[in-house]
Amino acid sequence: MRPFSYQRPTGIAEALRDASGGGVRFLAGGTNLVDLMRADIERPTAVIDINRLPLGEIEETASGGLRIGALVPNSDLAYDSRVEVRFPLLSSALLAGASAQLRNAATTGGNLLQRTRCYYFYDLATPCNKRDPGSGCAAKSGLTRIHAILGASPHCIAVHPSDMAVALAALEAEVLTTGPSGDRRIGIADFHRLPGDTPQVDTNLEPGELITAIELPAEGFADHYSYLKLRDRLSYAFALVSVAAALRLEDDVVAEARIALGGVAHKPWRNPEAERLLVGRPAGRDGFDAAARVLLEGSEGQGANDFKIPLARRAIVRALEQAAAATPQSPTDKRIR
Amino acid sequence: MEAGISRPLPGIEDRHAVPIRLTINGVERQLDVAPWTSLLDLLRERLDLTGTKKGCDHGQCGACTVLIDGRRINACLKLAVTLDGADIVTIEGLAQGDGLHPLQQAFIRHDAFQCGYCTPGQICSAAGLMAEGRARTRDEIRELMSGNICRCGCYPNITDAIEDVLKDRVSEPAMPV
Ligand SMILES: Cc1cc2nc3c(=O)[nH]c(=O)nc-3n(C[C@H](O)[C@H](O)[C@H](O)COP(=O)(O)OP(=O)(O)OC[C@H]3O[C@@H](n4cnc5c(N)ncnc54)[C@H](O)[C@@H]3O)c2cc1C
Ligand code: FES
Ligand code: FES
Repeated sequence: MRPFSYQRPTGIAEALRDASGGGVRFLAGGTNLVDLMRADIERPTAVIDINRLPLGEIEETASGGLRIGALVPNSDLAYDSRVEVRFPLLSSALLAGASAQLRNAATTGGNLLQRTRCYYFYDLATPCNKRDPGSGCAAKSGLTRIHAILGASPHCIAVHPSDMAVALAALEAEVLTTGPSGDRRIGIADFHRLPGDTPQVDTNLEPGELITAIELPAEGFADHYSYLKLRDRLSYAFALVSVAAALRLEDDVVAEARIALGGVAHKPWRNPEAERLLVGRPAGRDGFDAAARVLLEGSEGQGANDFKIPLARRAIVRALEQAAAATPQSPTDKRIR
Repeated sequence: MEAGISRPLPGIEDRHAVPIRLTINGVERQLDVAPWTSLLDLLRERLDLTGTKKGCDHGQCGACTVLIDGRRINACLKLAVTLDGADIVTIEGLAQGDGLHPLQQAFIRHDAFQCGYCTPGQICSAAGLMAEGRARTRDEIRELMSGNICRCGCYPNITDAIEDVLKDRVSEPAMPV
């Protein structure tokens, strides 16, 4: 690992001051940054350890939601009783990610900012526009099993690996930040970016901007939700396709629907049109099929990942059925019922 | 200062060293560490605590699992400098004198290893799992132990060993973790 200077501020103002130069990275759980630094993909000259900042609380908001501090560990968040009861979709997505020991270290802010698992991003011997802008994309002519089917560009076909972010997209969370140009509140849909011709930029966060918290609105869809994650092994693997499904039903008719996909694009994938189409219809297969079709409009395989398109279609329908029946996918028993 | 694989350039380690205080297996230590030293390299290369294993150095295998302030963590992805003030327990710290930890005894009883490389990580991880109190069924043990890979494929016996200790613990709640 390349040498770097190390600071451990205890206040937010101090952290922002320390972060005002170039080549700076905030360090939270370290489960992604340390790995990328060791691989020589991230090369910060200064690391600011934010673990002593006061961002570790989960609090009620005035509007009935929750404000989750950026440093709350993924495991604590998943097992928080308020989250388990009111936002089980979020608990379920968190518990589908990584391993118990990684979740103990990983934080809310770091999870959102984890970088892609594209093999070529990790392989310094191959070109990658995300790692080395302008060098090309080795994935396009390489192994594409894990790559995007939606929203990709000629410059990058990587996907965002977070499970938590997929649940947050369905729950319409907001990301609270502070930075050189003041405090901001960014809707989760506007937080991550599509690759376009600047795939090196994953999110709309500015350099030196710090995530302080994530806010969940009051509606948690606790009665009808499912997080269905499909992967190459049953646990401790990234999603090939995942679906966060949430429904509000009135007499078996859909009053509100949310569907977000993971593992298929450079950001959690949503299309409000697919959700609107369900409203006012019975919660059943016909509507779910139609919604899946709309959600996957424009999807395009890269060859080795063509299977993701029918897999995603079936996963969407199944996750919506699980949500409607109030039989969410168990994070422990992986049989898909 | 002894040579260590965490030293990228001669001399630079000393110039950047940061003083930290760690309690490791009950012993308090003052250490000067270069900020880029992982807890795993610190334990193995500098403190001769080689029970904790390096399988992948990427968070992908769990061989490096230790307990930090009672929680199981991958030591390969933790920079030691970030742990100032922490209490660390490694496989070397689980036994009480000559008395093996119940998990160590159960791993022997159930023949829960072959080459043994993953075993320290498995046992520390299982100690963390017991402290968390989230695993009751066999399926839950398997899911919550999935962060520990065993290349020899000893999973059934590892699960048996942990199940055994968990069962004992339910009937004997005072047992130490
Ligand atoms: C083997 C393995 C398997 C995994 N499997 C999964 C999986 O299945 N699903 C899944 O979702 N994830 C998975 N992960 C990824 C894991 O969830 C992330 O590594 C973790 O969430 C990152 O959080 P962290 O706190 O450790 O971030 P760090 O590594 O500390 O930081 C990550 C990035 O975020 C920045 N950052 C951190 N906090 C802030 C902040 N508050 N403000 C601004 N910037 C910040 C850092 O500068 C850095 O760029 C896996 C990881 C590993 C190693
Ligand atoms: S060595 Fe740390 S997880 Fe493999
Ligand atoms: S006993 Fe050999 S790797 Fe587990």
